[in-house]
Amino acid sequence: MTTIPAPAATRHAYRDRLMRLLQQDPRLICLDTDTGLFSPDDISAAGDQYVNLGIAEHNLMGMAAGLAACGRMPFVNTMAAFASARALEAVELDIAYPALPVRIMATHGGLAAGHLGPTHHALADLSAMRTLPTMTVVVPADAAATEAVVEQSLDLPGPLYVRLGRKATPAIDTDEPMIIGRAQLLRRGTDVVLVGCGPYPVAACVEAAQLLSECGVSATVLNMHTLRPLDTETLLAATAQVSLVVTVEEHWRSGGLGGAVCEALCEEQPTRVVRIAMPEKFADIAGGHEYLLDHYGISAARTAAAVCAALDTDAPHTPWTDEKERELS
Amino acid sequence: MTATSPTPARLSALRATATRVREHVADMCAGPEGGHLGGSYSATEVLTALYGDVMTVDPARPTAPERDRFVLSKGHAAVGLYAILAESGFLPVEELREYGHPGSRLMGHPVRAVPGVEAATGSLGHGLALGCGFALAARLDGRSSKAFVLMGDGELQEGSVWEAAIGAASLGLENLVAVVDRNSLQLTGPTNGIAAMEPLAERWRSFGWAVREADGHDVGELVRNLGSTPWEPGRPSLLIAHTVKGNGVPFLAGQVASHYVTLTERKHTRVRAVLRDAPVSHNTGKDEVR
Repeated sequence: MTTIPAPAATRHAYRDRLMRLLQQDPRLICLDTDTGLFSPDDISAAGDQYVNLGIAEHNLMGMAAGLAACGRMPFVNTMAAFASARALEAVELDIAYPALPVRIMATHGGLAAGHLGPTHHALADLSAMRTLPTMTVVVPADAAATEAVVEQSLDLPGPLYVRLGRKATPAIDTDEPMIIGRAQLLRRGTDVVLVGCGPYPVAACVEAAQLLSECGVSATVLNMHTLRPLDTETLLAATAQVSLVVTVEEHWRSGGLGGAVCEALCEEQPTRVVRIAMPEKFADIAGGHEYLLDHYGISAARTAAAVCAALDTDAPHTPWTDEKERELS
Repeated sequence: MTATSPTPARLSALRATATRVREHVADMCAGPEGGHLGGSYSATEVLTALYGDVMTVDPARPTAPERDRFVLSKGHAAVGLYAILAESGFLPVEELREYGHPGSRLMGHPVRAVPGVEAATGSLGHGLALGCGFALAARLDGRSSKAFVLMGDGELQEGSVWEAAIGAASLGLENLVAVVDRNSLQLTGPTNGIAAMEPLAERWRSFGWAVREADGHDVGELVRNLGSTPWEPGRPSLLIAHTVKGNGVPFLAGQVASHYVTLTERKHTRVRAVLRDAPVSHNTGKDEVR
């Protein structure tokens, strides 16, 4: 039996691995936008492989494109909200169009910014990024997966968007290797397939599967960490024998993981899909990351309740109530 | 660096190139789709000076690592770029005939599929950041390559230009050279009437750039200036090239209507005749435009 690592922040896992890789690979360059992610010691050790460009996200993406076109591999740093909205045109035209190997390391993904509010939440980033031809889009579910993504990115020819978090999040308990583009099967079941991406949604799927097992529903759990290219093969194989798929993500209901799964299934293997995601509203209350996830129903309790409602079986006893469901809609 | 003047023979050759560039542009704008003639004619001498004299580029090795890199940030002047690339040997002159025809790689804005095109441009305000990346990469690699970026003056209304302006000066990118095609007109009228543009030179100086101004149609003056960067150690260089939109053709010069033109056969013939009989050698219409 393996020991599950302690909770850790994916952005810190990325930072620490990158700092080591900079020493080994002179192609790599870290472009920062005053994020505060890197310590003075990091910056000093990186030498001219670290550049703080100030608060200028368009310039960040454009300069990264220029550097990448000259043979460098830039890791660019900003929050997911800014990478995917403010700087999106530069990402599309200057990075994705010429398919340049820029690694967009986007922190504060989903609701991770918590009480900082909707200006700092990133709830459409996966939608924006996964529609760009040439872009690879990954949401690592924990620190170990993040390190694997950073390592594997060195051999990826095109651009890459990595959604990272902010604070420490739980590690996922799995022996399945983390490989970009290949979904991880975390649990096998027979009645429903739960598909998640990102630390809390994947944990919610695992916990929901346990809740469901207690009331006689057998669930498969997939960690669909890569949204583009979507691992359709694994998705179709896992869902071939079930009548229900439930997606769980920190993203508005449109365009993210749920959208990607619906697109794949409706064309290849029509199956009912229920999407657990941020309701289509801007966060209207303050709260930390976990509080907001619970408030907006991106949780194991709601996932289990949704499965039971769809399968018309008795729901397990959880804090999620019909009244809460009505409040969200 | 010390400025050097082209010899009279060289100057004559560059002027002849500029005339041929204008002829090619007229021919392309007489095609089925027309083209951005005005902004290509205002930029003709800048393009000619860069490709004809200033830049180290080799059409036989268009991706040579040690090359200088040029970004047409005002990507709508694509026909001007295609013309100078053809004149410089990057693509066959005959291919220019395909511009505007279905299936051609010569689109209304340049794409990297065209040899010599470093970046797909057209959305304004992207080129300077790309140029910063090219310049920083050269410095990190220890290459002597320079990055040249040609922007429109209306383009300076894009905020991203100023992000890059700050970045370039902060990094001390002395191997970055930007040119503003100051033709003083944009799609719907005079730039100064649409957005506050002045004092343009002081703005760039205040951002930490070395700034010069020149007659943007005097190819000799352009070569002297663009061929002698950096003008101040540790600073990127910005040349304000005072130009005339549509310069070279009296009935188009200084006209907003020259921005995008589809030349009729009759007008095409007239343009070709004017270009042959009265080639541009300096900023003929500067006073009227200002």
